[in-house]
Amino acid sequence: MIVYLVRRLGQSILAVIAMAVLVFIGVYFIGNPVDVLINPEATQADIAATTERLGLDKPLYQQFGIFVVNALQGDLGTSFVYGRPALEIILDRLPATMELAFVALFLSVGIGVPLGVWAGLRPNSIAGRTIMAGSILGFSLPNFWQGMLLILVFAVLLGWLPAGGRGETTEFLGMQVSFLTWDGLSHLILPAVNLALFKMSLIIRLARANTREVALQDYIKFARAKGLSDRRVVLVHILKNIMIPVVTIIGLELGSMVAFAIVTETVFAWPGMGKLLIDSINLLDRPVIVAYLMLTVLIIVTINFVVDVIYSLLDPRIRLSEMKG
Amino acid sequence: MKRLTAPIVAGIVAAGVSPAFAQELTIGLKSEATSMDPQFHQLSTNIQVSKNIFEALTTQDAVQKVTPGLAESWEAVDDTTWRFKLREGVKFHNGSDFTARDVIYSYCRVPLVENSPSAYTIFTGGIADMQAEDDHTLTITTTATNPLLPTDLWSLAIVSADALGAEDTVTYGPEGTCEGMGDVPQAPAFNSPDIAIGTGPYKLDTYTRGSELVVTRFDEYWDGTPEWERVVMRPITSDGPRVAALLAGDVDMIESPPIQDIPRIEEGGFSVVDALSNRIIYLHMQQVEDAPGIEGADENPLLDARVREAISLSINREGITERIMGGYAQAAGELLPPPMFGTSGRAVDPYDPERAKELLAEAGYPDGFSITLGTPNDRYINDEQVAQAVAQMMTQIGIQTKVDASTASQFFSRRNALEFPIYMAGWGASSGDMSSPLKSLVATYDANTGMGPTNAGRYSNPEMDAILLEAMATIDDAKRDEMLQQAETMVLDDFGIIPLHYEQTVWAMKSDLTYEPRVDQYTMATEVKKAAE
Repeated sequence: MIVYLVRRLGQSILAVIAMAVLVFIGVYFIGNPVDVLINPEATQADIAATTERLGLDKPLYQQFGIFVVNALQGDLGTSFVYGRPALEIILDRLPATMELAFVALFLSVGIGVPLGVWAGLRPNSIAGRTIMAGSILGFSLPNFWQGMLLILVFAVLLGWLPAGGRGETTEFLGMQVSFLTWDGLSHLILPAVNLALFKMSLIIRLARANTREVALQDYIKFARAKGLSDRRVVLVHILKNIMIPVVTIIGLELGSMVAFAIVTETVFAWPGMGKLLIDSINLLDRPVIVAYLMLTVLIIVTINFVVDVIYSLLDPRIRLSEMKG
Repeated sequence: MKRLTAPIVAGIVAAGVSPAFAQELTIGLKSEATSMDPQFHQLSTNIQVSKNIFEALTTQDAVQKVTPGLAESWEAVDDTTWRFKLREGVKFHNGSDFTARDVIYSYCRVPLVENSPSAYTIFTGGIADMQAEDDHTLTITTTATNPLLPTDLWSLAIVSADALGAEDTVTYGPEGTCEGMGDVPQAPAFNSPDIAIGTGPYKLDTYTRGSELVVTRFDEYWDGTPEWERVVMRPITSDGPRVAALLAGDVDMIESPPIQDIPRIEEGGFSVVDALSNRIIYLHMQQVEDAPGIEGADENPLLDARVREAISLSINREGITERIMGGYAQAAGELLPPPMFGTSGRAVDPYDPERAKELLAEAGYPDGFSITLGTPNDRYINDEQVAQAVAQMMTQIGIQTKVDASTASQFFSRRNALEFPIYMAGWGASSGDMSSPLKSLVATYDANTGMGPTNAGRYSNPEMDAILLEAMATIDDAKRDEMLQQAETMVLDDFGIIPLHYEQTVWAMKSDLTYEPRVDQYTMATEVKKAAE
């Protein structure tokens, strides 16, 4: 077990290092931040001074070296644009993104599972077919287009909900959250729905396929033969069994929802991390871009590591086969 | 958005919008201020926001004429000395009086601001000394003759010496050697309304990065009571969502709606105002021996003024402003729109492809050559489309032109590395004065003197340089105006740079509001008024 853990940890660290190199070089080649940041009226001397102050006059390997040394001490650089630590700026934005991701997750499970089960139990009914057709739309329409359509219908045409922004926030467990006031909640609904649509479609399809499979199993037939009510059969026996793959998907998708809510945040002007990333790319704020990507890599690598370890605890065959391989 | 049928929107929007809280104004901005510190980052987004809270000794009106601000009047005592009479009875937001000490403290603080991405020292660098004769009289000595000092001072916000912890006496020393500064607060401290104390019409209320900035009315403002009790500024960086926010009634006013959406906004019952901006869109050509990206010519054909003239004559500027810019631009014959300072009213170059072909043949290129035109694709209004049109027009006279468009951050880096033989870019003269484009775009590139920093065409005309330098050291406005006209005429006669059009800036707002558009493209809450019934 320990050998497996050490090996798996080693792989994770290698992945982080490889990403650090790729991210740093990639960002380096986008362009020179000084050309974007500085006032165009500035003279060559001002430009040179700024370049030097931001450390951009040094060769790439030196910049990378400084970055690595600082990163090992938990310092991911100082934002060129805001003049504050990049990590601090990103963490400022984290609650907004987390809130959006969790509400979206709640919606996609809360709506996706019942619809999927319904469609699975009555695959040939009109309702069942409609749900499946809807899930195809959820899959195939581009996220930003869905977002614009939601704004058009619910904000511009009907005027029920605001078109963007975060609205009023209140403090909850030391974080600023929106869902406790009506104003905040009204700002949250559209972006959360937009972010949820794709996952919801995914969960509908998963739940439907599993329901159909489970419904034909002998123990379900037996339960029905025993005279249990439909309600009990569905809620206890079917739902319990289809939740295993659904939970797996939720675990995997949550990470990507937090890291990549970029499109939704841009369309709805939601002040989260994704919007920060886009704004930072436009301004070539390298420390923030690098810190954001490194943080994302770290989150995803950690989730994968934890999932693998849990699997190997649950199923010894996994670590045994890996050791042989 | 584009699929929308306008009349339906018009009706439903009118019915769906709730009446706005009469004393509150919400503005959707296209970019966000990076700090509340008015001396941190010299960026138009920051300046237009900080102007609500902080003021300067001078102001600029909607057409960039310099007018009194915190200084009531000023005079040039000699070539390097200016005397400013400061306004009396002006209060800061915390109740303290505005005096010469605040001015000295503010200018002293500029070099002490850490981590600035674009420092304000370009305005204070030339100040050799400052002396307070009394609380409301101040003399400023410059290292060299600078006729634009009153213009420059508009960019230097006055902060409160008391609120920032200065000692009782502050004495000026150049480049951060002032005394009595105390412990100087840095940019992040300005998120607090206790530090962000100015004399402006609005007080800072809350600043939530990424989300919104709220300012409230300052009742003791010296220049009358501001119109709005509360102003909320929200950054909505994407065009579509910004327009949607206006249509949905989330905001009362937005800046820079995309031109293609303007007819729909108007049909939705909103008003749209626009004005000529100080931004010129131009073509610059690399005028050095071996420019990259040119094929089919032995040496660089752009060195020949006849070829450059041919390029200018090949462009149908009216066609571009009408068809691509939707009328929201004006064909340009100069580097600043007349009647701004230093313009001569020069006519726009005609569209004459026949004459252009003749000129090419005279210059020894009857069969033309091929070239690459560089352009950003997300920086100026419809920039890539304009560049495509220019390329087609140039191709029609025989110069095979292909467009190389990239995102602004890449484009500017590549342009500054001289990768483009010919490129399209824009220039906004923040001083509203002809010396700005001449000094930056066409003066001979010289890193030591700071001339021609954005001259990526490396155009050089020593005679013009001499006149320009003389103009920049002439206090007499009439003489300076004349010299600047002369210098500009020399460049344009030589086709050293080719002006295309002046951009127009657009604002859209609810029909019960009015806004006097500004040439500098700033959105100022104080200038938004309720329309007369």
